[in-house]
Amino acid sequence: MKTVIIQYNAGNIQSVLYALERLGASAIVTDHVETIQSADRVIFPGVGEASTAMHYLKERNLDAVIKHLQQPVLGICLGMQLMCTYSSENDTPCLGIFEENVQQFMPKDLAIKVPQIGWNTIVDLKTDLFKGIPEDSFTYFVHGYYASLGAHTISTTDYVQPYSSALHKKNFYGVQFHPEKSAKVGEQIIKNFLEIS
Amino acid sequence: MLTKRIIPCLDIKDGRTVKGVNFEQIRDAGDPIELGALYASQGADELVFLDITATVEKRKTLSELVNKIAHRINIPFTVGGGIKTEQDVHILLQNGADKISINTAAFNDPSIIKSFAKNFGSQCVVLAIDAKCEVDNKWYVYLNGGRTKTEILVTDWAKQAVDLGAGEILLTSMNHDGTKQGFALDITAQLAETLPVPIIASGGGGTEAHFYDVFTKGKADAALAASIFHYKEIAIPDLKNYLHAKGIPIRL
Repeated sequence: MKTVIIQYNAGNIQSVLYALERLGASAIVTDHVETIQSADRVIFPGVGEASTAMHYLKERNLDAVIKHLQQPVLGICLGMQLMCTYSSENDTPCLGIFEENVQQFMPKDLAIKVPQIGWNTIVDLKTDLFKGIPEDSFTYFVHGYYASLGAHTISTTDYVQPYSSALHKKNFYGVQFHPEKSAKVGEQIIKNFLEIS
Repeated sequence: MLTKRIIPCLDIKDGRTVKGVNFEQIRDAGDPIELGALYASQGADELVFLDITATVEKRKTLSELVNKIAHRINIPFTVGGGIKTEQDVHILLQNGADKISINTAAFNDPSIIKSFAKNFGSQCVVLAIDAKCEVDNKWYVYLNGGRTKTEILVTDWAKQAVDLGAGEILLTSMNHDGTKQGFALDITAQLAETLPVPIIASGGGGTEAHFYDVFTKGKADAALAASIFHYKEIAIPDLKNYLHAKGIPIRL
């Protein structure tokens, strides 16, 4: 099986590759269009800022390429947010795969920090992406913006308010947390993604 | 619910863990990768690796070590020591570090906080502050591993750094570090209550109750310790079970 990790100007893509390697899988990190299109699995990672990332994707026509992929695609963190319709981070129109919108955490209580950094629980888990993952499992989050709850929500997390910690539509999956940094739970989720038919 | 984090810190010198470690179950207690992997398996929420002899010549060694750590460890980790330039940060992140920690270099040139945050994101910029409470009962910033006193107050520097884009503050109390008498609760709470970013408390953790205090009275988001874990004075699973039983949100 050929797995591709889309390369773009986002931090720490290597960690996703190393997580796959720990599972005995391999992957190619590339922004080459044909290589992405011909892959069996595509992972769209990312930590960074939305408008810069969208600009980079558009320059390389990767926005259109990603939208039209037919194989299972997994967006991680910023990758998931870019798969939504719109992000309020620098007023950025995104790929429009998920109809959900992305907005900034606005806690009324100063004790609640933004960005959210650390381990939080995932609940109301749906689809085979979470096969074998118990409700209330912990995953690792680093983000200041969140996707609202909607028709495509397959995992909910509570921070400031409940939001989508994972989304799914057709062959597209997105997770707000970092499975590559979420210990055993994260490894199982990556394994599940590789096994989705 | 977002949980409080327990963070073991490993000091590295020439690629080896220093400060002494005392573990029978790992083959080589001086190997930071082995030790980090052990802590990860025991439930550590993150790891911090501080290169205490980071010099220009050694930087390549550090990035190679970071790469090996990233291959092995499935939880987030921060790397600090001698980071001054965007290129330094780029190399460490490319090799798999999740965050970088800066201290003296940021104090000497605060603009690097802004440029690091802009280029790599605030989430990966941890500002470390070595703090000491003087006879005037005020907390001052110290530099160069605690050897150089400044006239700047910790609260002022922390606020400036956050305004420039620091994503977390790692606060070490020099008064408490190594004493095992508990964390500096007052200054930790003061920063936690006034700054919009997470505060990692460091220095003085000696008992499970000290960690409870720093999360409640100290309002810390995370607590860091080194030798109590290295010397097995407190086992991470026991500490986390204790905190959980006391009602602290903890990942078990």
